[in-house]
Amino acid sequence: MNKAVKKKRKALAAQNDCVACGCCVKVCPFSAIQILKGITARVDQDKCVGCGKCAKECPASIITLEEVAV
Amino acid sequence: MKKRWYDYLWIVSLTYLILGFFNILFAWLGLLCFFIPLIISAAAGTKGYCNRYCGRGQLFSLLGGRFGLSRKKDIPRWMKSKWFRYGFLIFFFVMFFQMLWNTYLVFSEARGLRQAVTLLWTFQLPWHWAYHGTLLHPGVAQFAFGFYSVMLTSTVLGLVTMVLFKPRSWCVYCPMGTMTQLICKVRNGKP
Repeated sequence: MNKAVKKKRKALAAQNDCVACGCCVKVCPFSAIQILKGITARVDQDKCVGCGKCAKECPASIITLEEVAV
Repeated sequence: MKKRWYDYLWIVSLTYLILGFFNILFAWLGLLCFFIPLIISAAAGTKGYCNRYCGRGQLFSLLGGRFGLSRKKDIPRWMKSKWFRYGFLIFFFVMFFQMLWNTYLVFSEARGLRQAVTLLWTFQLPWHWAYHGTLLHPGVAQFAFGFYSVMLTSTVLGLVTMVLFKPRSWCVYCPMGTMTQLICKVRNGKP
C-alpha cells in the first residue's frame, strides 16, 4: 500500500523582487529567515513552520506560502 | 522577542522631526541617516541599517502595525518594480543635487536665504519660526531648510503609503534602501 505523501506549507521568498528590508526577519518566531549579503531574504525550509507571519509583514508582498512534500 | 536598544531608534527619528519645528539647524543631524547606511553597506556589505537601525522604518511599523493606521493591503506591482525603484532613486538624486545647488547659491551670495520648507518638491511652507539666526554663514541654514524638506517629504510619502498599503511600504521604494542594496550587489555579487 502506498503511503500518502505528507504536505506542509513553507514560506518562499521571490528573491528577485526582495528589497532586503529585513521586516520578515524581525517577525519570524523561529529565526528561520536571514538576509543574504544585503541583497535578498532566504527562508530556511527546515526551520520554517509555515505560520505566514513573514508573508503578512513583507511590505513588497513577495513571500508566499507554498505546499511542499516532506 | 527580547527588545534591543536599537528597537527604540524610532524615538530618535520622531525627535528629529519634532526638533525641525523648533530650530531648523537640527536638520543637519539627518545626514546620519544618509551616511550610516552607506558606510554599513560599503564596509560590511549588509543592509544592517535597514534591518536593524532604521528609526523611520520602526516608526512606520509602530504606527501602521500596533496603532493600526494601515490598510495592510498589497502594494501595487508597479511600485515594487525595478523601474520604479531605480527611477525614484534617480529622481531623488536629481532633487537632492538641486537642493545642494540652491545651498551653493546662498553660500556664493548670489541669492538670499529662503526660510521655507518645500514639501513634495512643490509646496513652499513658511518655516521662519524655526530660524533664529546662525553664527555661521546663512548657507548653513539654507542647507538645513533644504535637507529638512527632503526628510519631511519622504516621511509624508512614507505615511501615505503606510496608510494605503503595508506599514513599511516606504522600505520598498526608499532611495537609501535601493542604494544600499545596489552597493551590496556590486560589492558581494550574487547572494
